[in-house]
Amino acid sequence: MAVKHADLAEKFIADEPRTNWHDETLWFVREKRDKAAHGLPEWEQLREWGSQIKNNTLSNLSNYLKEFEEKATANGIKVHWASDAQEHNEIVHKIIQKHGIQKIVKSKSMLTEECQLNEFLQHRGIEVVDTDLGERIVQFRKEPPSHIVLPAIHLKKEDVSATFHEHLQTEKGNNDPQYLTEAARQHLRNKFVESQLAITGVNFAIAETGGFVVCTNEGNADMGAHTAPVHIACMGFEKLIPKAAHLSVFLRLLARSATGQPITTYSSHFNKPRSNQEMHLVIVDNGRSKQLGREDFRNSLKCIRCAACFNTCPVYRRSGGHSYHTAVAGPIGSILNPNLDMKANADLPFASTLCGSCTNVCPVKINIHEQLWKWRQVIVAEGYVATSKKISMLGMSFVFSSPKIYRLMGKTARGIMHVFPFIINNKLNTWYKQREMPEAPKDSFRDWYLKNRKN
Amino acid sequence: MKVALFIPCYIDQFYPNVGIATLQLLEKLGCDVSFPLQQTCCGQPMANSGFASMSKGCDLNFMKNFSGFNYIVAPSGSCVLHVKEHLHSDKHPDEAFLLRNTIYELTEFLTDVLKVENINASFPYKVGWHNSCHGQRGLNLSSMTEKMLPEFSKPEQLLKMVKGIELRKPKRNDECCGFGGTFCVSEEAVSVKMGKDRIKEHEDNDVDYITGGDTSCLMHLEGILRRKGSKVKTIHIAEILNSVL
Repeated sequence: MAVKHADLAEKFIADEPRTNWHDETLWFVREKRDKAAHGLPEWEQLREWGSQIKNNTLSNLSNYLKEFEEKATANGIKVHWASDAQEHNEIVHKIIQKHGIQKIVKSKSMLTEECQLNEFLQHRGIEVVDTDLGERIVQFRKEPPSHIVLPAIHLKKEDVSATFHEHLQTEKGNNDPQYLTEAARQHLRNKFVESQLAITGVNFAIAETGGFVVCTNEGNADMGAHTAPVHIACMGFEKLIPKAAHLSVFLRLLARSATGQPITTYSSHFNKPRSNQEMHLVIVDNGRSKQLGREDFRNSLKCIRCAACFNTCPVYRRSGGHSYHTAVAGPIGSILNPNLDMKANADLPFASTLCGSCTNVCPVKINIHEQLWKWRQVIVAEGYVATSKKISMLGMSFVFSSPKIYRLMGKTARGIMHVFPFIINNKLNTWYKQREMPEAPKDSFRDWYLKNRKN
Repeated sequence: MKVALFIPCYIDQFYPNVGIATLQLLEKLGCDVSFPLQQTCCGQPMANSGFASMSKGCDLNFMKNFSGFNYIVAPSGSCVLHVKEHLHSDKHPDEAFLLRNTIYELTEFLTDVLKVENINASFPYKVGWHNSCHGQRGLNLSSMTEKMLPEFSKPEQLLKMVKGIELRKPKRNDECCGFGGTFCVSEEAVSVKMGKDRIKEHEDNDVDYITGGDTSCLMHLEGILRRKGSKVKTIHIAEILNSVL
């Protein structure tokens, strides 16, 4: 394992004021979500419906996908199937090549982050401009997004000012958010006007109609798709829902869970291409079929990418998105990524206290914390944990399986802590680095019980 | 009422007073309490680290000690949750099922089984309650801020019966303290930061004590409090409910 969550988190936390700011900013979003959800007496019912609709979709996926392809094709959308990230990127690249396109704008797609489309195209001399403000900021900085809804949430306005000064020649040290946003807006306007192709993500694809819905606040997906003669929408196959009526459940859940808004500013419905426009839809598997086949983990595919689990996660808020070293961070990322690469992501299911808050906020009732626990079992069974850990667990198992040895070890340890505290209280003891050890009593509870109750 | 007392390993070894308070409290409330002498650990440390396969010895020993009782009570939400969710036996699956459903966390046993309405206890201090995640979200001991459901809290219901106590709620009433089992060392930086943040909210409330139903959370918070020389102390809820001046 090249990088580990714990090490990256430690680096992030080393700047404590920034960690506090990150934690408080995301907690603010969590509280906004609470207020918005409280406004709906039927909130818990909506979650249940959302969950059941997605369960139904996943159980009948092949039928819905066929239905969707038929309807979308009849509408004039060109549907492509990609079994993995590589194929997805190649499909997009071929469309670009066919039209001899140079100028591309992109909005609202975590899937293309997952597939690393930008890097793929860059190696082939093609530049993609991310048009959502946060995405553009991290793109300038050559960083991945740290959050699936708020990609630049790890940055403060001072950081953005410095980045824009370097790339957009804004005044040095001018940290006024309005000034900086205006500079980005002017810069991006030109990109939209010049663009020949727009790439967007998909929030919901509707089997019944063959259309799809993209939810945004900045409206960049619309600006791109409405300006460019070619539109490519990319989606993981789990974005499907059976009927248009189901949007009434998901649109209400999504924005409230994500940002505490009653609805996103734009919920744009794309059903068919304009005249003289080409509309492509790339449906991606990339490990999803495999996840669907894992009984304990299949319902992670219900995810609608609202990031409520990020905002509520006490670990995420204090370790930052980059500590998860994957495109999708946070608790949901920790149950999705081991499926993509178990070895590289073996640390992620352990980057949690299993507090269960993620499961409680999830608008489609994914049992995230239970899946984290189950991934731990799988990762250990597949041999992706350190031998030292295995040995210490074997030791514990041995001690706890035998009452006599347990009592002897307990007594010995307490004795040592009394007489030779330095054996325990030193820098080899990770607990002791920032915490005192408990004071060891002379008698255990059992000792007391034998003296006071058994006679 | 015949009750078997389960005192989790780290309470047995490091916090015997929590065990004593629990025993005395149950006795005061009229329970006939047994303490099976060969008990050790519920197996949670292994299982939560991904080694559930290595907790079989613990399961076996737990079943040997606790079979045949009407009720098993433990002063730890976390260990109770582990037994409820994961106690397993290939040989005696029915017996394991029975035990999973006869184990109770102390406060829920008091409110739901004994239906305690009065407690003769006095604790004239400012106290902050710490919701342990496994007790709250796992055992449903209280409502949760994430869910849009009616508010309640079994432990607070009990604490309100204590004379002289002044309960002060922290701002984030159900945020995790960061203990998390082996997480507390494998993710030491995040764990301690989470603990420090919990403590700050209680210190801002100027409490004398932080109390909770899980000694593991309290041990972690106590470790940080003592290192920084704070005047705030930790105490298990059983000790408050059992305290008479």
